[in-house]
Amino acid sequence: MAELLLKDVEKAYGEVKVLKDINLDIKTGELIVFVGPSGCGKSTLLRMIAGLEKITGGDFSIDGVRMNDVPPAQRGIAMVFQSYALYPHMTVRDNMSFALKIAKKSPEEIRAAVDKAARILQLTPYLDRLPKALSGGQRQRVAIGRSIVRDPKVYLFDEPLSNLDAALRVATRIEIAQLKEAMPNSTMVYVTHDQVEAMTLASRIVVLAGGGISQVGSPLELYERPENEFVAQFIGSPSMNLMTGEVVETGEITTVRLDNGGLARSAVPTIASDTGQKVKIGVRPEDFIETTGEAIFTGDVEITEALGEVTLLYFKKQGDGHQVVGKLPGIRSELRRTTVSLTADPKKVHLFANGRSLLYR
Amino acid sequence: MNPALQAVITIGLGVGGCLVYFYGSNLFLDKVLYPPRGPNAGRNINRANMIRPWLFLFPAIVLLGLYLAYPVVATLWLSLNKQVGTGSEFVGFANYAQMMSEEKFWESMQNNMVWLVVVPAMSTAFGLLAAQLTDRIKWGNIAKSLIFMPMAISFVGASVIWKLVYDSRDAAVAQIGALNAVWMKFEGGIWSVLFLRVLPVVLLLAFAAAVAWVAWGMVRVVLQSDRAVGGLEKLARGLGALVGLWLVYVALSWAFGAVRADLPYGVPQQFLTIPYWNNFFLMAVLIWIQTGFAMVILSAALRGVPEDTIEAAIIDGANPFQVFFKIKVPQIMGTIVVVWTTITITVLKVFDIVLAMTNGQFQTQVLANYMYDKLFRAGDWGVGSASAMVIMLLVMPILVWNVYNARKEMR
Ligand SMILES: Nc1ncnc2c1ncn2[C@@H]1O[C@H](COP(=O)(O)OP(=O)(O)OP(=O)(O)O)[C@@H](O)[C@H]1O
Ligand SMILES: [Mg+2]
Repeated sequence: MAELLLKDVEKAYGEVKVLKDINLDIKTGELIVFVGPSGCGKSTLLRMIAGLEKITGGDFSIDGVRMNDVPPAQRGIAMVFQSYALYPHMTVRDNMSFALKIAKKSPEEIRAAVDKAARILQLTPYLDRLPKALSGGQRQRVAIGRSIVRDPKVYLFDEPLSNLDAALRVATRIEIAQLKEAMPNSTMVYVTHDQVEAMTLASRIVVLAGGGISQVGSPLELYERPENEFVAQFIGSPSMNLMTGEVVETGEITTVRLDNGGLARSAVPTIASDTGQKVKIGVRPEDFIETTGEAIFTGDVEITEALGEVTLLYFKKQGDGHQVVGKLPGIRSELRRTTVSLTADPKKVHLFANGRSLLYR
Repeated sequence: MNPALQAVITIGLGVGGCLVYFYGSNLFLDKVLYPPRGPNAGRNINRANMIRPWLFLFPAIVLLGLYLAYPVVATLWLSLNKQVGTGSEFVGFANYAQMMSEEKFWESMQNNMVWLVVVPAMSTAFGLLAAQLTDRIKWGNIAKSLIFMPMAISFVGASVIWKLVYDSRDAAVAQIGALNAVWMKFEGGIWSVLFLRVLPVVLLLAFAAAVAWVAWGMVRVVLQSDRAVGGLEKLARGLGALVGLWLVYVALSWAFGAVRADLPYGVPQQFLTIPYWNNFFLMAVLIWIQTGFAMVILSAALRGVPEDTIEAAIIDGANPFQVFFKIKVPQIMGTIVVVWTTITITVLKVFDIVLAMTNGQFQTQVLANYMYDKLFRAGDWGVGSASAMVIMLLVMPILVWNVYNARKEMR
């Protein structure tokens, strides 16, 4: 049971505000993922929740209790660090028992808790080893085990998988998902760079940018209905294509004449007064359909990348330096150095004015 | 010729000579001895590369041999001989036997052992404390420079300074020694009781309690631990606990003594002549000097402790003391041991301080000064060399261990 409430939280280092107006309501049992470009303050926000970084403005509470000035150990949180942060001079068992020993739990209790966590994480054979005698994945599991034994209300993860190789990252990601499944009542906050991690793990994703929250929503919401250009481009890989144009027809279906000569129809409704407005349309590479008729975009394919089930088409750069990318099913290497016309289902065409989605006005 | 000019010429010759030697010898190796040409080019390159390290090592080996190895052997030989007139005569271990029968030698041995325990322990402890505390304050770097400053003073200079601190004048005139100046302020009133009875008793009791707790911790692991404890470890822990018990006993008896002692208020004290305690007044000088060294090294080590392990401990609920003793100190244990042993070696060779302050009188003799006494004052080369050998034997194991630890640290 843990509900986290952040109200107008901000963080300033001297004069510089690195985070401001953070409002977030995290419900019990959620797995919230913070994503955002490097340096946007993900770690800082997580560390403020942990109590390692002072909250310089606003209120943060867990289960209705204001936590701003409560020391980390009394917040009922546990944190897993990117670099594992295992105590190098202690065995795995001692690493996992440290918090309980500090809390003066009885030896039997400690032993039981550690054994149970070790069983869950398959660490039993390594309990008497020092961290340096473990592989990266095992170390990360110890770090997670160290959190589990404390039975915290809130788990905090700061890029826990970024030091692991690709295969191990997938395996550990699944383990974390299973762990979450096994503890439906614990709340988790997870910081990552990795979109796949964010999309697969999160019950809700918080996109941070420019010191504030760009959008909060379920992975699908963020993917299908991004609130602004930033989220639209940040979620999804390769990122969404944006093209400028002018609204020529409004209504349930909006028609946009694009500056590159194409014509796009979007299912985002507009009103008559929008006619003539400068907008950007956004189409994800995977939403493009090859066409011979009316096209959103027509261009010369510069490079193709056949990935097996799909082929990525990289078009010649536009006048504004933007490179349109398309993703077509199957192997289509023959399209290299040809001219291809693409269109898309109006439901998949996003519409932005002044950086914000017209869906949300 | 002007000595300064001589010095410049010497430096020029030395550096130039090195350059000529290294350049010339390598040139000879590559151009004349094993040129990488002709039918045996490959073999020649390999041979040249096998010889090259020795070219670089050669000067160092020769000089170390001449100035280190030879004197050791010569000293050993001298210690087995006795001067007869102008010549000498082999006497086996007679010099050692004579030395062993001298009271002054055993006094030196005993004092050296006390120095050996007290000075490294105090220097390392104070250094660690200073390192931790100065890292946390704004003017820490200034404090650090001040604490490090004594390192720049020669032992003799430091002794002179401290001799002044311990100096005593007639009761009628003002004291110039800081210690006596403070001492003369006590006259038996309430402050005297507070500072000279209550405070020491409290400190000693606290020390006794701390040691007792540590000793109990050592034994507890054996008694209650859930992990198997090896026989050797049991022995070590038992011994540690016994030493702890002994320390508790000492502290308690001192506390008792502090309560009962009849203090000569108003009489200036000759601190350097109070038997037994004067040793500690001498040790204070070396501790004062070595603390700076310990602090600098340990401060660097403390900075190297990964920040996130500390943060993890904070989240785990550790208080600052626990963070320091359970997370930081264990992680820099290797460095602590190196610092400790390095100071130990300095302590075993301690000489200047004793020479300058008491010259070994009033039961403050130490081995190095004893050796100097025998060699250069009594002119007894046999016994003097024998005591030099004893010092070397004592230093050797610590030196080996130190090198071993330093190498382990580097890996
Ligand atoms: N002590 C500090 N003083 C001033 N600015 C700081 C300090 N610590 C962090 N910052 C700034 O705060 C911002 C957020 O840093 P933070 O570490 O939270 O980024 P992040 O989103 O976790 O980035 P990454 O993805 O690279 O880990 C950065 O721009 C950083 O420069
Ligand atoms: Mg970060």
